[in-house]
Amino acid sequence: MSQQVLAPAADQAQAIATVWQTMFWPNVVIYMAMLAALAWALWRRRAVVADAAVQARQERNWVRALVAWIVFIALVLTAYTAVSFVQDRHRLAHAPDALRVRITANQWWWQVDYLDPDPSRQVGTANELHLPLGRMTRIDLLSGDVIHSLWIPALNGKEDLIPGRSTQLALTPRAIGHYRGECAEFCGLQHAHMLLPVTVESPAAFAAWLDARRAPAATPASPSAVRGQQVFESGTCAMCHAIAGTSADSHAGPDLTHIASRPMLAAGALPNDRAHLAAWLVDPQAFKPGTKMPNPRLQPQEVSDLVDYLEGLR
Amino acid sequence: MSARDANVEAQLARTWADKPGLVGWLSTTDHKRVGRRYLVTAIVFFALAGLMALVMRTQLALPDNHLLGPDRYNQFFSMHGSVMMFLFAVPVMTAMGAYLVPLMLGARASSFPRLNAFGYWIYLFGGLTIFVAFALDAGPETGWTAYVPLSSSDFSAGHRTDIWSQMVNFTEVSALCVAAQVVTSFMVTRAPGMRLDRIPLFVWAQVVTAFMMMFAMPSVMLASQALQSDRQFGTHFFNPGEGGDPLLWQHLFWFFGHPEVYIIFIPALGMISSIVQTFARRRIFGHTAMVVAMLAIGFLSFGLWVHHMFATGLPPLGNSFYTIASMLIAIPSGVQIFCWIATLWLGRPRFATPLLFVLGFFALFVIGGLSGVMLASVPLDTQVHDSYFVVAHFHYVLIGGAVFPLIGGFYYWFPKFTGRLLSEGMGKLNFWLLFAGVNLTFFPMHWLGLAGMQRRIYTWPAGLGWEWANMAATVGSYIVGIGVLLFVANVVWSLRRGQVAGDNPWDAPELEWATSSPPPPWNFTEAPVVRSLTPLWSDTPIEWLRGLKSDKREMLLTSIAEARPTARWGCPDPSIWPFLSALTLTLQFIWTIFDPWGWVWASIPMAVAMTIWFWPKKSEPSME
Repeated sequence: MSQQVLAPAADQAQAIATVWQTMFWPNVVIYMAMLAALAWALWRRRAVVADAAVQARQERNWVRALVAWIVFIALVLTAYTAVSFVQDRHRLAHAPDALRVRITANQWWWQVDYLDPDPSRQVGTANELHLPLGRMTRIDLLSGDVIHSLWIPALNGKEDLIPGRSTQLALTPRAIGHYRGECAEFCGLQHAHMLLPVTVESPAAFAAWLDARRAPAATPASPSAVRGQQVFESGTCAMCHAIAGTSADSHAGPDLTHIASRPMLAAGALPNDRAHLAAWLVDPQAFKPGTKMPNPRLQPQEVSDLVDYLEGLR
Repeated sequence: MSARDANVEAQLARTWADKPGLVGWLSTTDHKRVGRRYLVTAIVFFALAGLMALVMRTQLALPDNHLLGPDRYNQFFSMHGSVMMFLFAVPVMTAMGAYLVPLMLGARASSFPRLNAFGYWIYLFGGLTIFVAFALDAGPETGWTAYVPLSSSDFSAGHRTDIWSQMVNFTEVSALCVAAQVVTSFMVTRAPGMRLDRIPLFVWAQVVTAFMMMFAMPSVMLASQALQSDRQFGTHFFNPGEGGDPLLWQHLFWFFGHPEVYIIFIPALGMISSIVQTFARRRIFGHTAMVVAMLAIGFLSFGLWVHHMFATGLPPLGNSFYTIASMLIAIPSGVQIFCWIATLWLGRPRFATPLLFVLGFFALFVIGGLSGVMLASVPLDTQVHDSYFVVAHFHYVLIGGAVFPLIGGFYYWFPKFTGRLLSEGMGKLNFWLLFAGVNLTFFPMHWLGLAGMQRRIYTWPAGLGWEWANMAATVGSYIVGIGVLLFVANVVWSLRRGQVAGDNPWDAPELEWATSSPPPPWNFTEAPVVRSLTPLWSDTPIEWLRGLKSDKREMLLTSIAEARPTARWGCPDPSIWPFLSALTLTLQFIWTIFDPWGWVWASIPMAVAMTIWFWPKKSEPSME
């Protein structure tokens, strides 16, 4: 999973990397020149007896050099500002056919809704973001509680999600792959575990993935999974989570309709596999201290059934 | 010394003596005793906050480390930032000013000696409050910036944030007291002949800083009061559900927070100027340009707070304005760097520990300055903002730009403070340890930020390539720790065994070196007459203006531009009431954390204490 600012995989991150390249090397040269000037000032050969007239001339030369130095800094800053301004407009550019997504940040997970002019085709998921290659996705950013910030370093700079406000982020990915998204604004106890894994795929693969999201949850395939669904619907799980196609329809926590197909659990706190899922269900606070998910206090058999059920939700 | 002089000095010693015993200790208004306490207190807070940083670095040395849980870690980094910014960096700079400004001005005392003492006590009590709270597991938990709504009562229950916000009030009251004192000292207590163009750059730096405090501090006090009001009374300054706005907090906080950085940095510019001048053995090149540059930095620093908010979705055109304003700061900073290099070139440099720390300043601060220019760019800032790149940037700026000059200044003025020199051998080792440690700690963090590591996370996962850089940073931080320990050892050793300094061990040109080391309580027996920027380097010995009384606490007041003598002023006697008033204000601040009625009831003892403090005394000499 890539998360390098200087290995851009989208137009926006590329624009920013251009600004970096523009400013980095001149800055290195300026720094080295400053150190060289300092060394020269310290260790130059000096006349044993300083002549007053010579000193006065030296000082006049330094005044001229100061003026030149100020002009030089001003020119460098002007160039930096111009490049920064132009590239920022690239970063903020709109595309009329952009895919629309709404992301709502919560302590400590991401709700991701794919918008559509036809409301019946809108679909939600959580803690994963899939993007089509080569097409701009415009994301509306909202917050359900405190200020968060969405940062996918390989794709674009970060943008805050602020309660009471709506902000936007555009992503035009140019390379298929997996990218790390994370919360970059301190948001409380589990700021460290608030990841948003991003998958960039071909437009066809993306369309297939999105269609699969629109399908209701898979029906349980084994007796233990059937029991697991009963545990889910009749226990505490359904008080916070939704699984489309079942009676569980609460949105206080992440939607779990296709939980088994996601890369990670609990917004990046755990790998998504059977053993970790079972351990998480037994004691969420052990893996993500402070998470809003309470200990569901399940019997071992119930945990096993529930895991069978959830592992089938692809 | 003639017999008359000996008699005069004996009489001055009686006049300016503090009362004996504990009462005398608590009631002193001598700016040097107060300044020394300020310095020692600030350095203790610095050491404690530094220890917290070592614990955090230990936690972050390895991936998925669980030495500290998230709650503890959040308290650690919030304390580290709050203590370093509010209780170390600003107070230690004002402490140097409190001690040195009257000496550099050739004055017998500071302009508001009681207010100065009051400011110290408030600062001490504010610091103690937050450390006691931290020890009781009630330390701040929302970072030194305490963004709402995370710091609102919904998400930060209990009193942790209330205590933090009250600590802010303590330190800002204290800073405003010192600011008023410095500005007034600058205006009316300068030595005769110290015209505006003959004022040392250190004093200019302190004055610019004091004015900045007066404009910046009220903003954060307003913000913290609004926060407390939201938390205690259910007002809605920051609640978007009722028409408030979380961004209001950020505007108010950074309108203070960005100038704050320069409030820390500008006094360091003054220290560097004094050190460069003395060790280049030449008057500073471009004195006027330096003063203008400092005023420009002070002014510009109020126009760039939004560069902390480039990721909040503000209008792009407005952001562009703040890009330009932020970049402009590079011009006066570049002028300063240029003038120091020119001074060293034109002079005959002599290498000693203070100059070594100034050279370290060049090497570190310019890295931070150049990365700061990069942060001014909106698109680049959205990448590296709130990442470890920014952590690297501001530590280079604050350690390189303020702590290195401060330690250099400490080596430089220590003989004036104590009468003894610090050990040069230990000093040089001290420098190299700190220089290596700081670079090893913070340079890799630039890379970590570009590799996607965000700030303020209590743990990080393996497999992202962050391992080596985090380990290097942790090792570096331990080296810094050893360096600081060596500094403390040097101070302790030199206090007893250090070489005796004499009045002017460095052959320095400014007025603080014209009196004995350490100076007597009255600083100067007569008022020195100033005829140039470097009075102690003139060909003729310094002249003294006689006529100040020695049987009364009297000092000379001069006019604001030309520094012509205008009056003899009776300086207030020492008094216990500033201390007692500070206690009553502390009572009020702490009471109101738990119960808003504290505002009402605690104001009664405060009114009594302050009335007695300001009660006019017939025995006090009046203006003549």
